[in-house]
Amino acid sequence: MFGYMGKILRINLTTGVITKEDLDFELAKKFIGGRGLGTKIFSDEVDPKVDPFASENKIIFINGPLTGTATPTGGRYMVVTKSPLTGTIASSNSGGEWGAYLKYAGYDAVIVEGKANLPVYINIENDKVEILPALDIWGKYTSITSAMLKEKHPDSKVLTIGPAGEKLSQMAAIMNENDRTAGRSGVGAVMGSKNLKAITVSGNQKPVIAKPDGLKAVTKECRSLIKENGVTGEGLPTYGTAVLVNIINEHGVYPVNNFQTGGDPNAEAVSGETLTEKYLLKRNPCHHCPIGCGRWVKSEKHPDGIGGPEYETLWVFAGDLGINDMEIVIDANFWCNELGIDTISAGATLAAAMELYQRGYITDEMLDDDVILKFGNADSVIHWLKKMGNREGFGDMLARGSYRLADFYGVPEYSMSVKKQDLPAYDPRGIQGMGLQYATSNRGGCHVRGYLISPEILGLPEKLDRFELAGKPTWVKIFQDLTAVIDSSGLCLFTSFALGAQQYADMLNETLGTDWSAEELLLAGERIWNLEKLFNLEAGILPEEDTLPPRFLEEEMPDGPTKGWVHKLDEMLPLYYAERGWDEDGIPTEERLIALGLL
Amino acid sequence: MGIKIKLFATFREGRGKVVEMDYIPGMTGQDVIDHLGITASEIAAIIVDGVDGKVDAMLTVHIKKDGYLAIFPPVAGG
Repeated sequence: MFGYMGKILRINLTTGVITKEDLDFELAKKFIGGRGLGTKIFSDEVDPKVDPFASENKIIFINGPLTGTATPTGGRYMVVTKSPLTGTIASSNSGGEWGAYLKYAGYDAVIVEGKANLPVYINIENDKVEILPALDIWGKYTSITSAMLKEKHPDSKVLTIGPAGEKLSQMAAIMNENDRTAGRSGVGAVMGSKNLKAITVSGNQKPVIAKPDGLKAVTKECRSLIKENGVTGEGLPTYGTAVLVNIINEHGVYPVNNFQTGGDPNAEAVSGETLTEKYLLKRNPCHHCPIGCGRWVKSEKHPDGIGGPEYETLWVFAGDLGINDMEIVIDANFWCNELGIDTISAGATLAAAMELYQRGYITDEMLDDDVILKFGNADSVIHWLKKMGNREGFGDMLARGSYRLADFYGVPEYSMSVKKQDLPAYDPRGIQGMGLQYATSNRGGCHVRGYLISPEILGLPEKLDRFELAGKPTWVKIFQDLTAVIDSSGLCLFTSFALGAQQYADMLNETLGTDWSAEELLLAGERIWNLEKLFNLEAGILPEEDTLPPRFLEEEMPDGPTKGWVHKLDEMLPLYYAERGWDEDGIPTEERLIALGLL
Repeated sequence: MGIKIKLFATFREGRGKVVEMDYIPGMTGQDVIDHLGITASEIAAIIVDGVDGKVDAMLTVHIKKDGYLAIFPPVAGG
């Protein structure tokens, strides 16, 4: 078996039984790895109707076949489980080094089942796998947890949850190497529900490559393409993802005050250019990454530097809250990492709370202290973020995410979310394809299931009219399917700014000894997308949940270059379903499922 | 009164954040980038008076009196 390590580790925390199983190579090839293979294993083993916090839910940490190889950005892993935030399939991706180290330990995946009686962590060192007590690290912030575990296992990489995961916040994240995050869909809370604090991993094995010389040549070609590309060779290395602040703002789709408007005249204060000029200490790349978009930045409170912030974090703790203070953004990023909480959902929930306050649903009397949740109140951000992560006082309400918060007050329409997951930093009224992508994403509101911002705003691979509807369903399907391939391969999505389906097929073929064409690979992506959809339907996610918050469908953008626009989902959704070969309710047809090898 | 050109990312190097130019009736984006020493192939996105589109097409649009441009090199993220 080439590329894969051929072993899956299964750990039952209820019984303490640890087994090592052979990877089914044919199944792996059909679903590639990572998000695809993880979803296949998960949906075969877990009842889609399972309570995400029940011991019967499982959580899978799974690599792609290119994770741990020399391919550019080949170091990513995926966390697959049922989401406590959305009730859908969750697959949350992270970079850093942890995934590569899991491969070096000899495993393609770790399947964690059951629930421990007391807090534990898992230590993996090649063949040695042990469940160890975690009472001393339970309750600790993530950086302290990592430091304590590094003392015990100095050669290991540490993946851990923070207090938010322990306390079952639906927006809890999983952190590795302190500042890399499987951030979305509340995967950290599933670890917490199992009393699993952390997984440490180390090893000294390497995957066997089918055609080492061929992979070397393809890797060299892909690295050249990445280096020569204006985005991956210059824009991202120089400014990080923060460079998006200005271009998104100038197009009038930079959400301000919980998406009430689409532009901020003072956004420059939190832009990538400002971050680079005044706060950047150094680049902070992931495993084998020639792009190096990760930042290491300083601030008054963090003079030695911290990892981050990314564009989404800059937006959500600035424009979305009516604030423009880089010091606060960096501090909020720090606290999200320490608490183990998704920056997007955390900030978006604060934004929803501020709108609920603006409209009188939350009053001063309801808050258990005098720090008012009001747009523009910079003092409120870190205060309420800490209370959210620790579930203290009114922070317990916030920890459930914006949908559950707004729904509690009877006005879920003030949650800017899809399938209860908070939307990222792009107002869909001015980016029609992106809005269709939000509505149809299998894990709810998300930008990294099909990044239509590329063609609609950034002109990559070609500039599309962002207001045009014609053709967008086709673009959305292709982007979603290709993204599923990349997520399953073990590479970073950002490689797709420079590489195409053929390059991914070449890297996989040289690694695995397969003979995928680009078309066959996209078909595998479509297979994965349909498998996720089937899980969601069986989980009880209704077709009518393929929608957007009413604000985007009914309220015209009030000003700026997107003024007067609403999102025209109704006109595109039937065409999207037809493009996918689904029926008019968005249910995959038997004919299409047979063609994809899913029936 | 003139027009305002907002520059971003690497386009700021040696030019600054904002450049102002005298307005000449009929002037286009192409006239502006010629003045700035930027070629069309270096531009990934351009907005002229609040409207965006394909770069080549936007460079032929007549700029309004007191108008503005925003010009971006290849950038991305997510």
